[in-house]
Amino acid sequence: MTEAGSDGTPRRPTGSTYNFAYLDEQTKRMIRRAILKAVAIPGYQVPFASREMPMPYGWGTGGVQLTASVLGPDDILKVIDQGADDTTNAVAIRGFFAKTANVKTTTRTDEATVIQTRHRIPETPLREDQILVYQVPIPEPLRFLEPRETETRTMHALEEYGLIHVKLYEDIAHHGHIATTYAYPVKVAERYVMDPSPIPKFDNPKMDDCPALQLFGAGREKRIYAIPPYTSVVSLDFEDHPFEVQKFREPCALCGGTGVYLDEIILDDSGGRMFVCSDTDYCEERRNAGHVGTPGELPSGSVA
Amino acid sequence: MYVAVKGGETAIRNAHRLLAKKRRGDPAVPALTVEQILEQLTLAVDRVMTEGSLYDRRLAALAIKQARGDLIEAIFLLRAYRTTLPRFGASLPIDTSRMLIARRISAAFKDLPGGQLLGPTFDYTHRLLEPDLDPDGDAPVPEEGPEADTAAAVPRVTDLLGDDGLIEPDGFEDTAAPIGDLTREPLSFPADRDLRLQALARGDEGFLLALGYSTQRGYARTHPFAGEIRMGEVDVEIEIAELDFPVPIGRITVTECQMVNQFKGSASAPPQFTRGYGLVFGHAERKAMAMALCDRALRARDLGEEATAPAQDEEFVLSHLDNVQATGFVEHLKLPHYVDFQAELELLRRLRAEHDAAAKAASVDKEAAE
Repeated sequence: MTEAGSDGTPRRPTGSTYNFAYLDEQTKRMIRRAILKAVAIPGYQVPFASREMPMPYGWGTGGVQLTASVLGPDDILKVIDQGADDTTNAVAIRGFFAKTANVKTTTRTDEATVIQTRHRIPETPLREDQILVYQVPIPEPLRFLEPRETETRTMHALEEYGLIHVKLYEDIAHHGHIATTYAYPVKVAERYVMDPSPIPKFDNPKMDDCPALQLFGAGREKRIYAIPPYTSVVSLDFEDHPFEVQKFREPCALCGGTGVYLDEIILDDSGGRMFVCSDTDYCEERRNAGHVGTPGELPSGSVA
Repeated sequence: MYVAVKGGETAIRNAHRLLAKKRRGDPAVPALTVEQILEQLTLAVDRVMTEGSLYDRRLAALAIKQARGDLIEAIFLLRAYRTTLPRFGASLPIDTSRMLIARRISAAFKDLPGGQLLGPTFDYTHRLLEPDLDPDGDAPVPEEGPEADTAAAVPRVTDLLGDDGLIEPDGFEDTAAPIGDLTREPLSFPADRDLRLQALARGDEGFLLALGYSTQRGYARTHPFAGEIRMGEVDVEIEIAELDFPVPIGRITVTECQMVNQFKGSASAPPQFTRGYGLVFGHAERKAMAMALCDRALRARDLGEEATAPAQDEEFVLSHLDNVQATGFVEHLKLPHYVDFQAELELLRRLRAEHDAAAKAASVDKEAAE
């Protein structure tokens, strides 16, 4: 971890043959234009000339290009995958920017100015001076109802969202519930239906009226979209089947946290399991503050 | 007590060290040189250059070595490098009628101006393993025969047909119009033919081969003839503002395939042959031919044909032909999905509990009725 340049000017990291944050300035300008358009039309998918990055498509190339375009030398970057800072892909992306942009990195949500994420929104509420960058695999919320881009673009233009409501209704008819548990579609600023990326629907309410700027990047599909600060984000539902988030019956086994999203950890091959915070930073901060959890559902006879 | 797994960083570093070791193999065996790949695995180099969209034999050979022979990985390496290169400008269209021919065949005419020149080809070889090549027993290098008369002009078959008006014109008369570039602008549909051809040239050989094959088996039949396949060197020329003549900046080897296809004519066009075009870097006939078949199939809309088969579906073909995109997204399934999986587990358990409760209630009702 190294300190950022104090003079505030972008500079080449020592020994690197690449520009600050890898992308050349022309490309960053192109991406920033797309970001501005995305912010101006909340929830609208802006096509952009996604570049071939030195990591594979589907592994966060959209998020990486957004981060590279908004990052300055004084920013502090946090990267999470599944809520955790230490998952391998988060480690790889954080390492990429530590190397190519020489920026300070952190695992603390409250310390970061730019947070790149895959599949989670941090439990700690975000602030106005933060940007949350999402990695998006399939940006089109209507894609699995209509595979053709030409069709779905028209449907968005005409605000023709009947199909997605029919899908949710069919879920209720079949299962008694809406059977979408992640990548749950939302309506942004009362206009565009948007895919929130594969975050659990548990995280959907955090997007609504959020003080931080939220940017979404899909590299392979070449789309950028955004939710500006303090924008209304409503999860689609019906009056008699209101939107609900997942509830966990027990608190985190490590920090005792409740009302947070938990990962299920299998402890042995005889049914032993425990539930722990998926947001590792949140869990760690709580434990540092002296909170302790209760052991999980250990089978009798096993050693905790 | 379970402790959240730390140490992803160390694990990644160690995995990469192991990869480097595996790439090298047994250290008692001399290391493969880039030169050897460049000279002896030329067709692999050609494929990597074509699908990597970068004509640089040495870098392609390096990529193949680094990728342990995994060509899609090598293509990916070359593409990622290509992104970082500055653009100096665009060359003039290469003129394949002025090609220095190394191979040229036509399946449409027995003999034609310029003749048939087999060149280096696997065609007509008996596919028998040659034990002489192993171990290191290089088969004797054949002596070179007399030089072919390459000075003679070798007109393209499509030009000969075009002179009689039997084949449609090329469709690119307007050379002043800017040519699209899908690596600089996002692809949108419907796409024009310049973008389609660019996508096909970069597309995965295996994918295009299968699609081209499908058109031969009746899924969008186009009645193709291999009008001409030619391979050889062409000059790459650019225009320099102060000079009133084009300046050659280098020479590249390309393979060009012109498929000639039957066409019964439509309300607006007379009966005539139509074209399918394939052009790739280096010597890659299979790819050039598959590309030409796909190009023709994708022209269904332009020619007023009904699109019924996958090979004619522009959005389907162009969205899925890129192997770097495809491999990335397929392989991303290796990344953790704990969070979404947990959400699905929770839903499934709830649905199962409701299902079991309903089944139990039903059996109680049944007992009561009995």
